[in-house]
Amino acid sequence: MSERTAAPAGQADGRTDDQADRRADRRAERRAERQAEEGERRADPRRRNNRAWLLVLPVVVSVAFTAVIPLMTVVNFSVQDIFSPGDRLFVGLEWFRSVSRDPEVRAAFVRTLLFSAQVLLLEIPLGVLLAVSMPRRGVWVSVTLVLVALPLLIPWNVVGTIWQIFARPDIGLGGWAVNNVLGLEFNYTLDATDAWITVLAMDVWHWTPLVALLAYAGLRSIPDPYFQAAQIDGASAWATFRHIQLPRLRGVLTIAILLRFMDSFMIYTEPFVVTGGGPGNATSFLSILLSKIAVGQFDLGPAGAFSLLYFLAVQIVCYVFFTVLTRTGR
Amino acid sequence: MADIRLEGVGHSYDGGRTWALRPMTWTWRDGRAYALLGPSGCGKSTLLNIISGLLSPTVGRIWFGDREVTGVPTAGRDIAQVFQFPVLYEEMSVYDNLAFPLRNRRRPKAEVDRRVREVSRLLGLEEHLRRRSRRLDPGRQQLVSLGRGLVRADVAAVLLDEPLTVVDPAMKWTLRSELKQIHRDTGHTLIYVTHDQTEALTFAEEVVVLNDGAIVQAGEPSELFLSPAHEFVGHFIGSPGMNVLPAELLDGVVRVGDATLGRASVELPSGPVRVGVRPEFVRIGPAGAASGPVARVTGVDRMGAYNLVHAEVNGHPVIARTDAATTFDAGATRVLRFAEGRAFLFRDAVRCGALEPLDGRAGA
Repeated sequence: MSERTAAPAGQADGRTDDQADRRADRRAERRAERQAEEGERRADPRRRNNRAWLLVLPVVVSVAFTAVIPLMTVVNFSVQDIFSPGDRLFVGLEWFRSVSRDPEVRAAFVRTLLFSAQVLLLEIPLGVLLAVSMPRRGVWVSVTLVLVALPLLIPWNVVGTIWQIFARPDIGLGGWAVNNVLGLEFNYTLDATDAWITVLAMDVWHWTPLVALLAYAGLRSIPDPYFQAAQIDGASAWATFRHIQLPRLRGVLTIAILLRFMDSFMIYTEPFVVTGGGPGNATSFLSILLSKIAVGQFDLGPAGAFSLLYFLAVQIVCYVFFTVLTRTGR
Repeated sequence: MADIRLEGVGHSYDGGRTWALRPMTWTWRDGRAYALLGPSGCGKSTLLNIISGLLSPTVGRIWFGDREVTGVPTAGRDIAQVFQFPVLYEEMSVYDNLAFPLRNRRRPKAEVDRRVREVSRLLGLEEHLRRRSRRLDPGRQQLVSLGRGLVRADVAAVLLDEPLTVVDPAMKWTLRSELKQIHRDTGHTLIYVTHDQTEALTFAEEVVVLNDGAIVQAGEPSELFLSPAHEFVGHFIGSPGMNVLPAELLDGVVRVGDATLGRASVELPSGPVRVGVRPEFVRIGPAGAASGPVARVTGVDRMGAYNLVHAEVNGHPVIARTDAATTFDAGATRVLRFAEGRAFLFRDAVRCGALEPLDGRAGA
């Protein structure tokens, strides 16, 4: 290190005059360039007009109608206390302050975050495992694809209904089996933990196939020579997965994680059908609480502030995930 | 390590209806550099994958020395294979890529380090050892793939499946001579698959020509050029390929139309026969000089260092390679002469004899 720095210093000593001359030359050149540029700008002002911005207009208009204007109505609600359609009061950021301090909202936030974390921890590894064990070619490819994709084709509230009945301890196959075959006491309408497990199991059943299909598509895109090279290099099945399959799943898994986070963080229909947020507040996620405030109690101001904070939370977490997932390993 | 012997090895992808590789018996001798030459789809890669164990042959047995390996999986065969495109463990550094085959085999750390450094010095990758392998240019990536093949000292053979496809032409020459050097230094058996004759002829000690799933000829490059054993070899090697003239064999004398070409070198039953001669060995004499096939010149391609004279004998095209100085007008008639010992007779595409001058050289 020291040798390397010493060399240019030694050179500099010998050539100081020479370099000073050259530096002066360069300064003069730069000055000339700058003058030439300014001259051009003054000579033809019309050359730099901004009319090309008009081309962005269609995007601005459509985004305004699909996103900005609806969002602004929510912003409008969030800063007012609305007693009746004709009687409203501007309250500033008052609702934001009260919503963010509301213990019920805070509890729901933690609950939802916990739920999303569990969903990701279960569905991503399970989905990858499923994809790895699906056949790469042959007649069984289409059979497994259809079987795996089946839960994805069922509407949300039907999924809720299926599980609402399936998990019932008296007439549901699943609930009955847990109680009478496994001998465990299980009742999701009475026990908070049981309700949580039911909703989590339902989400895993419903959405692991999505992760599996994405991962399967990623795996299919790996050319055969990679696996052949791994065989020649004597790589074990685990090493093949770790060094060939997993690195090539980075892209699809980023998408899978983002989709599953957003979806599970905003989950509404299924728990609404199965547990309705109960028992107590056990499965009362942010969206369920929000609809209770907005539609149930018709508190538009707090609901507006709540929505915006909710939206912000989703954005931030997605941004963090995306940045971390795309930047690591570069 | 040992010779690689194939005993009646053949492969069919459709349960025996068609052969991708016809059952063959062949020995790859230890320490030689082979080129496996043939057009796309002739079974080159199939043969390679059978040797490395990525594919089990439909029939036949494989021996490494006196050990039968037909049922042994790839990892147990100690074969290195380099593919057409660089195959890397992309998130690993160059060093880790090179060390990977040794680490999988649980070699001691010191040995791994020593081998990786040796191989990287050989391939000129020393300065890139710490870099992530996917950051390298394709040529260097292919060198890393090659390095993974060479890093194990005890491989039975290194198989190269068109390894220079992705490398740009200037680099190709360097790499090819580097491969030759590596072969000299390591003494591994090398089998180099290619469809490029120049690549095969410059690289290998022995060229094996494969066509339609069968070995049609094997030998030193000059042998393939000077005495092709099969019409395909004549066409495929050499640029342009060998001329083929349909002729008639009657009582040992070969005739094309009215002209007598010469005598068959061996006793052959009379009947149609094809005469093969390379453009390099076709001489153009003056019109009416001696008895021989009469050709009508149809055109001349100027190639710079030489000319290619296109002519027609009895309606069949013949190409002759001549000095750059010679000129012929299109439409001129000339008599052709074939260099002695360089024209061969073919039946069913297989060489059945050579063309010899008639007694006293009267005809030639």
